Amino acid sequence: MSLDRRRFLTVILGAGGALVVGFRQAAAEIVPKVPLDLLGEPLTSLGAFVRIERNNRVVIGARGCEIGQGVITSLPMLVAEELDVDWAQVHVEQLPYGYEAGPDGPRNRYGDQGAGGSTSITDGWKDLRQAGAVARWLLVEAAARYWQLPRERLTTEAGHVVHPDGSRKPYAELVEQAATLTPPDEALEVKAPEAWRVIGKPTRTVDARAIVTGRAQYGIDVYLPGALTAVVLRCPHLDGTLESVADHDARTVKGVHDVFALEGPKPDEPFEANLAAGVVVLADNTWAALKARDRLKVEWKPGPWADESNAALEAKAEELLKGDGLVVRQDGDFAKARKAAARVVEATYHMPFLAHATMEPPHAAIHVQADRALFIGALQSPDGASRVIAALTGLPREKIEIRMTRAGGGFGRRLKNDYVAEAVKIAQKAGKPIKLMWSRDDDLRHDFYRPLGVHRLTATLDRKNAITGMAHLCAATPVNYRSQGLKDKPPYIGCHEPDDLPAGLVANLDKRFFAIPSGMPRGWWRAPLPAFNAFAVQSFLDELAIETKQDPLELRLKLLGEPRELDYHGHGGPKFDTGRLAEVLRRCAAAIDWKRRRTDGRGVGLACHFTFGGYTAHAFEVSVEGGALRIHRAVCVTDIGHVVNPNGVEQMMLGGTIDGLSTALNLQVVVKDGQVQTASYADYPIARLAEMPAEVEVLIVPSEKEPSGAGEMGLPSVAPALANAVYAATTVRVRRLPLLAELKRKL
Amino acid sequence: MPNPLPLTHDVPDELKPEPLRPGIELTINGETFKHGGEPDMPLLWYLRDVLRLTGTKYGCGVGQCGACTVLIDGKAQRACLTPMSSLAGHHVTTIEGLGGEEALHAVQQAWIDEDVPQCGYCQAGQIMATVDLLQRKPKPDEADIAQLANLCRCGTYPRLRRAVHRAAELLTGGRK
Repeated sequence: MSLDRRRFLTVILGAGGALVVGFRQAAAEIVPKVPLDLLGEPLTSLGAFVRIERNNRVVIGARGCEIGQGVITSLPMLVAEELDVDWAQVHVEQLPYGYEAGPDGPRNRYGDQGAGGSTSITDGWKDLRQAGAVARWLLVEAAARYWQLPRERLTTEAGHVVHPDGSRKPYAELVEQAATLTPPDEALEVKAPEAWRVIGKPTRTVDARAIVTGRAQYGIDVYLPGALTAVVLRCPHLDGTLESVADHDARTVKGVHDVFALEGPKPDEPFEANLAAGVVVLADNTWAALKARDRLKVEWKPGPWADESNAALEAKAEELLKGDGLVVRQDGDFAKARKAAARVVEATYHMPFLAHATMEPPHAAIHVQADRALFIGALQSPDGASRVIAALTGLPREKIEIRMTRAGGGFGRRLKNDYVAEAVKIAQKAGKPIKLMWSRDDDLRHDFYRPLGVHRLTATLDRKNAITGMAHLCAATPVNYRSQGLKDKPPYIGCHEPDDLPAGLVANLDKRFFAIPSGMPRGWWRAPLPAFNAFAVQSFLDELAIETKQDPLELRLKLLGEPRELDYHGHGGPKFDTGRLAEVLRRCAAAIDWKRRRTDGRGVGLACHFTFGGYTAHAFEVSVEGGALRIHRAVCVTDIGHVVNPNGVEQMMLGGTIDGLSTALNLQVVVKDGQVQTASYADYPIARLAEMPAEVEVLIVPSEKEPSGAGEMGLPSVAPALANAVYAATTVRVRRLPLLAELKRKL
Repeated sequence: MPNPLPLTHDVPDELKPEPLRPGIELTINGETFKHGGEPDMPLLWYLRDVLRLTGTKYGCGVGQCGACTVLIDGKAQRACLTPMSSLAGHHVTTIEGLGGEEALHAVQQAWIDEDVPQCGYCQAGQIMATVDLLQRKPKPDEADIAQLANLCRCGTYPRLRRAVHRAAELLTGGRK
């Protein structure tokens, strides 16, 4: 049943145990309306994504997880284009997770619904355009039968099939007939770019109105009937355990139902469930639960990582870097190049742990029953969530219903389903539907952090200052730590990549990896590998330019050389086009007026990177006055192939740039005595409006190449471009992030 | 004429006048509510968990992020730091009460026009903070806008800035 959240009743007992007067009263539960099942409308649905209603309104299902990257708008645009409808006719609805037991085994009727690796558009480019084309084919076929004409003589335009004599029939009058027809087996031809009416047009977020009126539904906004609120006091020690709990005071808080212990993962076992041992409080409402949690008296037993700290990890990195490490890639003979070098330049860069800090912390609304389960919330991997729920409940996956809400940010955090697992375990013990709430400190202290790493780069130069060889040693806490899904991957996955820059551009190359043991959970953080590498590599290229008195732009262009395709086996491959990267760099330099000499204390820096199939460059103009860093101009140039929604791409580049600046300037997660110390926004000061440039000039290179996504490409080149600009303004080289603290120390 | 009810007949509970109850009476989006629960409950949880007015968001619970910004007697306040006990007789406006389904507030309209939201989670708080700012500074300069200190994790600040200017123009009649 679809419940209207504004269906107000008379005086009732509020959910917080509070009597509420007034003629209007809130509904006692908020369950997002049962998502559209387009397949359940046999007479008006044309495949899994399209329903055409009798008033010619076109309903298009959005299959993705909307985490702010805009897929609720851009993916339906792909369907609408091939369906050949006016965007103004289109009404978008979020689709649920589409797992079903198909005739040939389990399948997802909507295709890939995850949000990770900037793949939504590249996937949709293939199958969602086909979905639109198939629906159009059926409508044209229905019209051909109605008019008794060969279908080749008919065309379509803006939701109508057009007769050769110019008369038009709306899709709505054809849909019932069309729905009974069988589409052809072979893939249909899709439109040529000249014929696009939706793709490439700047399009606003479809649910912006719901967002600005407070009606958009996030995971935290779900209130299942009869659900109790759960909060967890988690063990602050990495892999620590619960020694004892005194819960008497907590239980005296009005509205508290139960308090119980929750076991954490065993050290050395994959993180397939909740991240930490804890004590659960179940209460009528969040306030009661939080208040009771504060009154718990708990003793924890530290785990095997009691000595872990940032300093100890960096010291370990230094020790490891003296060894041989694991070879990631070797071209030519770097040792020989080193012996023959006229000059050797070396620099070491430090990257801290990072948290995702999504504005909406992890949450989960779940109802586990004997024969089925319902989960509603913010996800990036509904497939992973379904697997986790199945594993913990033993339920067949087709009995697990998953509905995705809008997510208050993702950035990779919700690729892990630890919070889903935690909710399942609590719901099983509670025997009731539950709403799991994470507070901000829960979120910052129990994340899958971006790895901490130390990069040591060495370049060998000949007498003409040409780069003859390069070594890139990376010591980091590997991403694949206790990850079931990554256990067969090399330990450097997500930290070091054989084909990443400058691979293929330097004759003698030596890339190695050194795994730092650590108890910190690690995971994917927006543009994981590219961002992790770009700061070191793109800062180092600047240092080389300065050491050899070359222009940093020219040095990069020279290194990239003639436009050509190099092999790229990592995510975003199979090829890396040096010409496309050089072009974004050139355009970026032109936009920031690179050649102009600054005499007013301002400096300009730039950097570029290849990220998941996309090419982006950044340039910043900065000054440092009295210890304060000011960013006067910010330019971002990107080439991501065909652009589906230029407005959405601009948002992603804007967001990537601001996220990159905010992170590079101030953010790090600190671990000490085996406990994460970072617990609030005071410790993790995401930039506020006043600290950020008023404008980011985003330039999108027109391209006829296959589209890549846009969510992650706008980030990796930010930190090095910023550090390079700081150097240009101050001659202070910052090799350690976060940048601002290090700059202050060095000034 | 119907027989009068026998005097001995019990009056059904639902017809008895309600006894006076203790509680905190306040106005939310123009309607009167009485909170009879814990007086230390922050407004944020009263709005969300009791009234199910979920447009006001939780972000940190300690007044650092501003996701829960509402107007109290017209001024922007953090709902997470405002106990219900401090609200007797006061007027609260949340994002749900700012405009209406058909009539958006100028700030909401500007947010749509500039397509500010990415994930959108912080935007209700940003909008409420902007409404407050524009009441005080109808023609805000950069320093005034710099007072907007709510966190946005997605990086919408440049568009948010533009939307503030646009809303100011809409409100002062500078732009139709």
